[in-house]
Amino acid sequence: MKLKGMHFVRNGQTEGRTMLKYIGKRVLQLIPVLIGITFLSFAMMRLAGGDAVTYMYENAGGAVSQEIIDEAKKEYGLDQPFLVQYGRWAAGMFSGDMGTSYVSGRDVYDAFTEKLPATALLTLSSVLATLLVSVPLGILAAVKQNKWVDYLIRFFSFIGNSSPNFFAALILMYLFSVKLGWLPVVTSENTGLSLILPTMTLALSMASKYTRQIRAAVLEEMNQDYVTGAKARGVKGSVIIWKNVMRTSMVTIVTLLSLSVGNLLGGTTIVESIFMWDGVGKMAVDAITMRDYPVVQAYVAWMAVIYVLVNLVTDILYHYLDPRVRLGGDRL
Amino acid sequence: MKEKRRLLFFTALAVLLLLTAAFAAYLCPYDPYKQDLLLAKQPPGPEHWIGTDRFGRDIFSRVLAGSTVSIYSTLFLVTVVTVTGTVAGVLCGWFGGALDAVLMRIADLFLAFPSLVFALAVAGVLGGGIQNAVFALAVAGWPKFARLARSLTLSQKEAPYLMAAKLSGSSTIKILVRHVIPNIGGQILVTAVLDIGTTMMELAGLSFLGLGVQPPAAEWGSMINEGRSLLQISPWMSLAPGAAIFVTVLIFNLLGDALRDYMDPKQRKQKRKKGKDE
Repeated sequence: MKLKGMHFVRNGQTEGRTMLKYIGKRVLQLIPVLIGITFLSFAMMRLAGGDAVTYMYENAGGAVSQEIIDEAKKEYGLDQPFLVQYGRWAAGMFSGDMGTSYVSGRDVYDAFTEKLPATALLTLSSVLATLLVSVPLGILAAVKQNKWVDYLIRFFSFIGNSSPNFFAALILMYLFSVKLGWLPVVTSENTGLSLILPTMTLALSMASKYTRQIRAAVLEEMNQDYVTGAKARGVKGSVIIWKNVMRTSMVTIVTLLSLSVGNLLGGTTIVESIFMWDGVGKMAVDAITMRDYPVVQAYVAWMAVIYVLVNLVTDILYHYLDPRVRLGGDRL
Repeated sequence: MKEKRRLLFFTALAVLLLLTAAFAAYLCPYDPYKQDLLLAKQPPGPEHWIGTDRFGRDIFSRVLAGSTVSIYSTLFLVTVVTVTGTVAGVLCGWFGGALDAVLMRIADLFLAFPSLVFALAVAGVLGGGIQNAVFALAVAGWPKFARLARSLTLSQKEAPYLMAAKLSGSSTIKILVRHVIPNIGGQILVTAVLDIGTTMMELAGLSFLGLGVQPPAAEWGSMINEGRSLLQISPWMSLAPGAAIFVTVLIFNLLGDALRDYMDPKQRKQKRKKGKDE
């Protein structure tokens, strides 16, 4: 008995240690990726933005002498060697100096951090709405497999999955704002009321995907031996679902979340532009049309960094939730 | 056999769609580019089935004309991404070593960007235009297929039949082309077909934002954008191309699903067999 107990303790310790080791390894692996992301974002915009200053003056109208252009380039640091510019800019991501906008003349970092909370709020509310809808529906569809409820849920999830978000946005707008008049079409500022439609738009396609996956995960779990065993012992169906099946289905949900963050961050650009939600996505789209490269640069780099960090967190969560992965090594 | 019938049905629908898109120019009842301001913003009626836009152009004809660009550029894009990704992935998986390390790090780097964000940036750098939008999404899209093909190749690499092929003196090229690619092709094809819908939505999304096809060219994404400001007066302007995208994406998604279900039993059998071997 004593031996067995000691064995367990040691096992727990090593497990904790491998977990820490895993996290350490993943964080170390992150460094080259972060350098790559920032370098690529910077290089891309620099390739395009070499003549941005000329463009800027041409846009303002009138002919400009070469001296003024050179002067402006100096002011923006564009006369420095490429790597020096990159180093300065990448360091600026941490110190809060990512250059100034060509269009508004505002500090890019300030503008970005000012608008980020709005996008974060929209992202978060969409994820919440998605989970609130898809978890119950997914379970319901699985429990009522091949009944009409199941077919109905699957039908609508397929529809939702096939609607592009800008189309869904227009339909919702048409329905709730134009026809029913319940919600404002566009608002000049971010309010709770103006959050509803963008959230619904983003949640629609995500919830459709989640519902299908959760249904599949629950169905798979319900065929496991332990569920049959629990049923045979007379445990109530609802208890099995909520206590056992849901716990294992969490892995599916975490995987889905990590997969959809990328789509979500991309989706906010379109949805924010449609609903005039004043977040970083709309800022980026406006900046792209105005060729405001410092803003685009900061946006792309930050989105990638956020995406990578979220993926890291979900990977660790995944690792923690599913013991099988701990032994399996890298996941696809 | 139920699976086979379903697959055939959706394949037929998809082919019908492709044929319509190919011959759209001959099917249009009106010239999709002819402006007539006297007819502007007409509601749907017997003359103009889905009404006219703000320049009096027939929307039904424009949706038809737009199908050519929307559908074929998407298919072109998916094909390019699938082929490039698969070739890269198979080579990496088979040869390993420095090639694998370098190519996969590059793939990881591109995967580190949310794909639409990256495509937005590339399209922004290159400026609008359908070629640039396709290029932007291709750059963002190939790593997914490279990763998939690589892991599938790795799973095949040690299979007995490949050892046998090697032992009997088949050249590497022959092994890759005759054995590895046909064996992993099914799953890649399913992924590619399921990818058509997403790709179409992303491409249309870029056009919608003004970074893809430029007006006055008829394309679904940019047509939705043109009609957006008139949503209150003439909703059909953006709802018609939107519905077109929706139906097309739906058909390709259903086709992908049917294809997956059709291939699935075989794969399940393979998996079970592999489990026994181990």
